[in-house]
Amino acid sequence: MHRFASPARFLRLAGAVQPWLAGGTLVLMALGLYLALFDSPPDYQQGESVRIMYIHVPAAWMALFVYACIAVASASLLVWRHPLAGLFAKASAPIGAGFTFLALVTGSLWGKPMWGTWWVWDARLTSVLILFFLYLGLIALTNAFESPERGQRASAVLALVGSVNLPIIKFSVDWWNTLHQPASITRMGTPAIDPSMLWPLFSMAIAFTLYYFWVVIVRVRGELIEARLRALTRLQTEGR
Amino acid sequence: MGSLDDFLAMGGYAVYVWPAYLLAAIVLIGLFAVSRAELRRRERHLQALERSRGAAGHRRRRGGDAR
Amino acid sequence: MSGLWALIRRDLRLALRQRGDLLTAVLFFLLTAALFPFGIGPEPNLLLRIAPGILWVTALLAVLLSLERLFLADWEDGSLDLLLLAPQPLEAMVLAKVLVHWLTSGLPILLSAPLAALLYGLPAHALPVLLLALALGTPSLSLLGATAAALTLGARRGGVLLPLLTMPLYIPVLVFGVAAVDASLAGFSVRPHLLLLGALLLVSLPVAALSGAAALRQTAE
Repeated sequence: MHRFASPARFLRLAGAVQPWLAGGTLVLMALGLYLALFDSPPDYQQGESVRIMYIHVPAAWMALFVYACIAVASASLLVWRHPLAGLFAKASAPIGAGFTFLALVTGSLWGKPMWGTWWVWDARLTSVLILFFLYLGLIALTNAFESPERGQRASAVLALVGSVNLPIIKFSVDWWNTLHQPASITRMGTPAIDPSMLWPLFSMAIAFTLYYFWVVIVRVRGELIEARLRALTRLQTEGR
Repeated sequence: MGSLDDFLAMGGYAVYVWPAYLLAAIVLIGLFAVSRAELRRRERHLQALERSRGAAGHRRRRGGDAR
Repeated sequence: MSGLWALIRRDLRLALRQRGDLLTAVLFFLLTAALFPFGIGPEPNLLLRIAPGILWVTALLAVLLSLERLFLADWEDGSLDLLLLAPQPLEAMVLAKVLVHWLTSGLPILLSAPLAALLYGLPAHALPVLLLALALGTPSLSLLGATAAALTLGARRGGVLLPLLTMPLYIPVLVFGVAAVDASLAGFSVRPHLLLLGALLLVSLPVAALSGAAALRQTAE
């Protein structure tokens, strides 16, 4: 890890990797869209509405994956004091929040024809909603301080506390949901997964992952320049 | 199967399926566009600052550390 | 050890001198609990049905309301810097501060809970369960809230940040706490819910000590 810690090395690596990530994202996204919209069969119960799954499920996976990445970066910021890890976590949070938002809204759009209402306090959707609030807290805390380092370190602590609590929250929401199982609502069962549904699911998931790394590189580059700008303006005001 | 109308109708679920895909496109493209615009803006700012610093440094005869 | 004891005594004395602060949490808890019947109507069965949820949510909000002052005064007058330099481990001092916070917010709520339960007609056999659940749950609220309070010291819009940061962390306490009282009302076993609340408290203790201390150290950097 330490080998990638220097910003100059990161920028060189990022410059080399970025076009490949961009190309891979576009190709896999196109493939995933083709498989999801044309090449996969409708579900025998849910009909064509099952195609929302190819957005919803990968987005929900990404919401968790990005959070895991933020937690690892936060640990390395607090333990080894990598400045780059703080920037990585800061750059990741809005992308993770975006995927979480996408999972929420597509879940609602999928739920409307299945449940008859836009929002149901379903265990999975509720957990995603709480994850969304956690992301909002991370973003707000990162930007709440005059010193960007303080913001990054504070939100790193929050991210780690959150990663301890996430399994507990998930468990408590499942517990709560089984206690209050409403009779009127037919549960949205996961459709029996046919291999023809796995391919679009996986290509979308990989496309989303590549997209995440692509955009995070763009954002970290921006953050590095911002840090340079701060250092330069400080020099200028002190030199005067 | 077959006609474009059938495809767009999504078996009656068009109002749910298409907004989901449209929203995904808006979120993903929007996030990328905002991130890249921010990067470009900061790059321009940095260039301007370094240029002015370089000029100022020459005037005060201590250029070289502009980096 | 004597240092910690002195810290607890000092904080308690400060809290007792500011009787207004001490009353805030209890008053908020009782007033809000008394407000709900006006919004919902006086129908006893309905009130009893929603009582566990309302009592727990109002208790949670009352704790949340008092969180901001946990470290704020020490931070503002600089005594936090002295605490950071003290020989006692910072983790232990965080726990001492949390203990005082619980004694001045969670405990008064716990003591006034029978009154609030009376307003909702909670039957006598459910009252001990409510009190036990509050006794196990409110310390977790203080612990998890202490981290959030320490993290937001010196933040812009700290007052808005605090509920946003604590809300996701508080959900398990709320779920298990309400479930325990609901179970006793329905005549089911309350044991699993209370055990889960206890487990949550055991997890919150080290997490809050470590993360609270880490957060306090950051304020000095």
